[in-house]
Amino acid sequence: MTHNTVDKIEYVSFLEHKGKYKGLFSWIFATDHKRIALLYLYAIATFFFVGAILGLLMRLELIAPGETIMKPQTYNGIFTVHGIIMIFMVVIPGLSAVFGNFFLPILIGAKDVAFPKLNLFSWWVFIFGSVLAVASQFMKDGPPDTGWTFYAPYSTATGTNVIMATTAAFVLGFSSILTGLNFLVTIHQMRAPGMKFFNMPLFPWAIYATAWIQLLATPIIGITLLMLIAERLFGIGFFDPNLGGDPILFQHLFWIYSHPAVYVMILPAMGVITEIIPTFCQRRVYGYKAIALSSVAIAGVGFLVWGHHMYTSGMSNQARWFFSLLTFVVAVPSAIKVFNWLSTMYKGSIDLKPPFLYAVSFIFLFIIGGTTGLLLGSVATNVQVHDTAFIVAHFHYIIFGGMGFAFFAAIHYWLPKMYGKMYNFKRANIAWAIIFVGFNLLYFPQFILGFQGMPRRYFDYLPQFQTGEVISSIGGFILVSGLILMVYNLVMGVRKGEPSPANPWNGSTLEWQIPSPPSIENFDEAPVIKKNPYDYN
Amino acid sequence: MANNSSHITDYKVLTRVLLVLMFLTFLTISVTSYNLAAFTVTIALLIAGVKSFLVLSYFMHLKYESLLLRILVSIVFVLFALIVLITFIDYSYR
Ligand SMILES: [Cu+2]
Repeated sequence: MTHNTVDKIEYVSFLEHKGKYKGLFSWIFATDHKRIALLYLYAIATFFFVGAILGLLMRLELIAPGETIMKPQTYNGIFTVHGIIMIFMVVIPGLSAVFGNFFLPILIGAKDVAFPKLNLFSWWVFIFGSVLAVASQFMKDGPPDTGWTFYAPYSTATGTNVIMATTAAFVLGFSSILTGLNFLVTIHQMRAPGMKFFNMPLFPWAIYATAWIQLLATPIIGITLLMLIAERLFGIGFFDPNLGGDPILFQHLFWIYSHPAVYVMILPAMGVITEIIPTFCQRRVYGYKAIALSSVAIAGVGFLVWGHHMYTSGMSNQARWFFSLLTFVVAVPSAIKVFNWLSTMYKGSIDLKPPFLYAVSFIFLFIIGGTTGLLLGSVATNVQVHDTAFIVAHFHYIIFGGMGFAFFAAIHYWLPKMYGKMYNFKRANIAWAIIFVGFNLLYFPQFILGFQGMPRRYFDYLPQFQTGEVISSIGGFILVSGLILMVYNLVMGVRKGEPSPANPWNGSTLEWQIPSPPSIENFDEAPVIKKNPYDYN
Repeated sequence: MANNSSHITDYKVLTRVLLVLMFLTFLTISVTSYNLAAFTVTIALLIAGVKSFLVLSYFMHLKYESLLLRILVSIVFVLFALIVLITFIDYSYR
């Protein structure tokens, strides 16, 4: 790498780089981690809007008691499809496939991930799985009506397209495993000279913990879904009590994956927030090691708490006691992170730019989601609110208020780096305000409805719940209009925005030391790392 | 990528491991003729555990890899054992 000092070739970013192919093919056959990240971004954004529209349809149905715009069976199909799309195609891949792909190699000073071709293959597998999932909605037997959890024995008996939907989830799981494997090897093998594990920025740490979960937990859901398919096709008797099976075994196997999967969603989100807060406070992150290791602790303990989804399913009392205890234990590392973020802000010179607004609202919403989670982790209160709207509210506060807001924070933070353009701040702030208000109006009433006994996944309700349901539906429309404004602003920024300097936020991590957008190789010379990534003072 | 030199295992060792694996497979099948009640699953998992240990160490060369790699793989097995154990907190008290 000596030639660049002699004849300075004109700078070419990864967006303009000419590779083997031209036009569309230069994207869908790209092995550059940044192009693959953008491929994921466009696919996931599209799926997100499909899922959001399905959510709005549900809110329309629930705006008044009785049948409003659809039949009950359609409603069952819609909440199932909403769940499958949002969980398996949006939030699980979301942050790690988009921002992990784009920024993990840059943040550790690498040129690319360890296996670029495998990375492209993961994207193709993801698209193939997504096509299967969407197709399962239109095949002749009708969309699956089991909920995204596919609980047996109903899922072994219903006549809808369960096999196709579970095959889709199985295929999507492969994409997740391959991405996780790729990132693990990248972090172990590709770090820049001098970058020890404890010199890595904290987003790579979060991605590292996430990648372990993806690699180890996802095969379990794969096998479980295959068992379900085998049960349907051959009547083996794994889960169906009529054949001597145990339906609770399905719930065990399902949640052994699906609880850790929640951390696949939220750990990278926490990583993003940990990058944003020091930048906009211009302060060294407080408790670097505690944040790094708490990601690993969450990943580890998170594997052992799945039973808190099954308190009312007929599990043994001893198991309930055990899972409840461990659930409270796993809350500790999450709380450590929250305290560290707040301590980082303390006495910092806070700059209320759009990424920071989203990051702070992440903390706010995550605390609401987290504390209501403790209420669910305790067996006695769980029995009261299990399978009510309370669960729906808690879940959306964690996943949308957490992962969703972190995703928005990340896109506002890194968009100038990814495209070399800046969006309009004023419009971004207005969109944030609308989204924040809409979000709380949509989900907060569901906590109250749940306490009053409104069941989840119901197409109809008693008149006493109408006020809450109407407020919630209005919130849904406000939220979606805010989202549209936000996306419009970002797209306008990319297309017509002012060119962005290399380091618009005065950040200290490696991605801000290279031009925007980065070149195909990220770095002219491999950077040599000598210090902690968050050196502001 | 410092230690990329691959270790070459003696055929004799590999054959011996293969024989042990076949014996263990035979054992797995033959114990099913005894009624071990609650221990049926435990025994089957224990034998399977020994077998995968052998495959990983000899056929997949883990025995000759770096300590870090061996630790990482062991953690996976500990985690798997924990998950099975915890599941049985439910089954053995129900
Ligand atoms: Cu859980």
